[in-house]
Amino acid sequence: MQIYLPIAEISADALLLLGIGGIVGILSGMFGVGGGFLITPLLFIAGIPPAVAVATSANQIVASSFSAVLAHIRRRTVDFRMGSVLLIGGLVGSALGVMLFNLLLSLGQVDLLVKLCYVVFLGTVGALMFVESVRALRRSRRPGARPVRKRHTWIQSLPLKIKFRVSGLYISVIPPLLVGVSVGVLAAIMGVGGGFIMVPAMIYLLGMPTKVVIGTSLFQIIFVTAFTTMLHAVTNQTVDIVLALILIVGGVVGAQIGARLGARLGAEQLRILLALLVLAVCAQLALSLLLRPAELYSIASGFGA
Amino acid sequence: MIRALALLLGLAAAPLAAEEIVLGLSQDEVAITATFDGDDILVFGAVKRSAPDPGGLDVVIAVSGPLLPATVREAERRFGIWINTASAAIDAAPSYYAVATSAPLAEILSETEDLRQSITLPRVIRSVGTGVDSPADFTDALIRIRAGEGLYSLTEGAVDFEQDTLFRTGFALPANLIEGNYTIRIFLLRGGSVVDRYDTVLAVQKVGLERWLYNLSQELPAAYGVLSLALAIAAGWLASAAFARTRR
Repeated sequence: MQIYLPIAEISADALLLLGIGGIVGILSGMFGVGGGFLITPLLFIAGIPPAVAVATSANQIVASSFSAVLAHIRRRTVDFRMGSVLLIGGLVGSALGVMLFNLLLSLGQVDLLVKLCYVVFLGTVGALMFVESVRALRRSRRPGARPVRKRHTWIQSLPLKIKFRVSGLYISVIPPLLVGVSVGVLAAIMGVGGGFIMVPAMIYLLGMPTKVVIGTSLFQIIFVTAFTTMLHAVTNQTVDIVLALILIVGGVVGAQIGARLGARLGAEQLRILLALLVLAVCAQLALSLLLRPAELYSIASGFGA
Repeated sequence: MIRALALLLGLAAAPLAAEEIVLGLSQDEVAITATFDGDDILVFGAVKRSAPDPGGLDVVIAVSGPLLPATVREAERRFGIWINTASAAIDAAPSYYAVATSAPLAEILSETEDLRQSITLPRVIRSVGTGVDSPADFTDALIRIRAGEGLYSLTEGAVDFEQDTLFRTGFALPANLIEGNYTIRIFLLRGGSVVDRYDTVLAVQKVGLERWLYNLSQELPAAYGVLSLALAIAAGWLASAAFARTRR
């Protein structure tokens, strides 16, 4: 079934778009990632212009994250206090990121930089998570051995300590603020919610329990992507509401299924799956940089930078 | 979808031409609705004569979308990865361009006449001061890519031309149409040069909800953004509530 998208100015297959929304929604609910790093390349493949794909996926992430976070709130796996601290950092970071993005845009080569960012971060995060989860899985199978989770590092010795009851942590607000800022910067540059970086950062840097991490990350992502959507709508007019609605319908249903699947799977399996997914997207992007493209030329409308 | 509405245009006589075009179009506007999936335009007409037919007449019909600037970039291998290195600014290239002829174009159109009338794509695309050494490579790439997307086409022999008098052809407009005025030019050719030319305009525009949303996004972007977000939140809440109910 073909449908004409008023802002993208093309006609696309509604069922295909619905499917993309659904798949990304399932991942979003399972892993607590917004899915921006996946939905944007998938929309490129479906023939949606890149600018519209980036802006519209931000809007769709708002919906799927909101739907998923409600499921997490019902299961009491959202640390609102931690989420708010991360959010404050995140908004500051994304404002900085947008400034940086515009600076790079004026220098040209923004596409390349975004791709390189993806490859470096997806590669590092994916590899770290994979190694760590495989190790943890092995430890838990060996009888007698106990996973070492609470480590005393320099993070424990910082001032301004706050009690995060849901996470069972008593730590300084400085590390979560910094995590929020850096994720915000990256999110603005890469055009995603940043969940795939934040989830491991919360687990490994802040030492939060995996159960709480996903809901809390989703809570923060809603606001960051809402901010991004507004920014794109006002400055570039590239949010396609019809495309967003189709993706949302697929996405919200997928997110509910995903949240339930995630509750059934073990934390370690969940992390291995996410790590593999992140590595697969990374490999695909790296190949696109390394292999000779089929068409050496590309067209951009208007006079680009 | 060919609409029956036929508009006969161009009956005004031009006294000097011995042969002139009388044209009909299956429709004079294309409405882009939510379910728009391309459209077919039928162009038909006849040659009106004030003297006996000397023969050897051919017809070329060119449909052109709005002319817009574009940037064409070329990738090169640097440090082991593929990077956009050179870029050419194209001043004006049609968003859509289709040419249909009654015979192979090279046989019926001379170079000078092509230059004068801007019929073939390389003559239509304007690129002055592209800022690259070999601008032809970039315009060739532009034509190649858009032809691959079905936006540019040349179909020789697609015009039915009966007894040097009646002609008709169809154009398939793709789904990814840009709004604007599409010009349709019909050329009567003999011995490589143009005998008569007829121009008309086909208006392509969004209608209904598509039109309203597009205007809102352009004129009140903040309101449009809020609307998008409200829709997202409402949809997320609805889905969650619906699933919570099924679980109970």
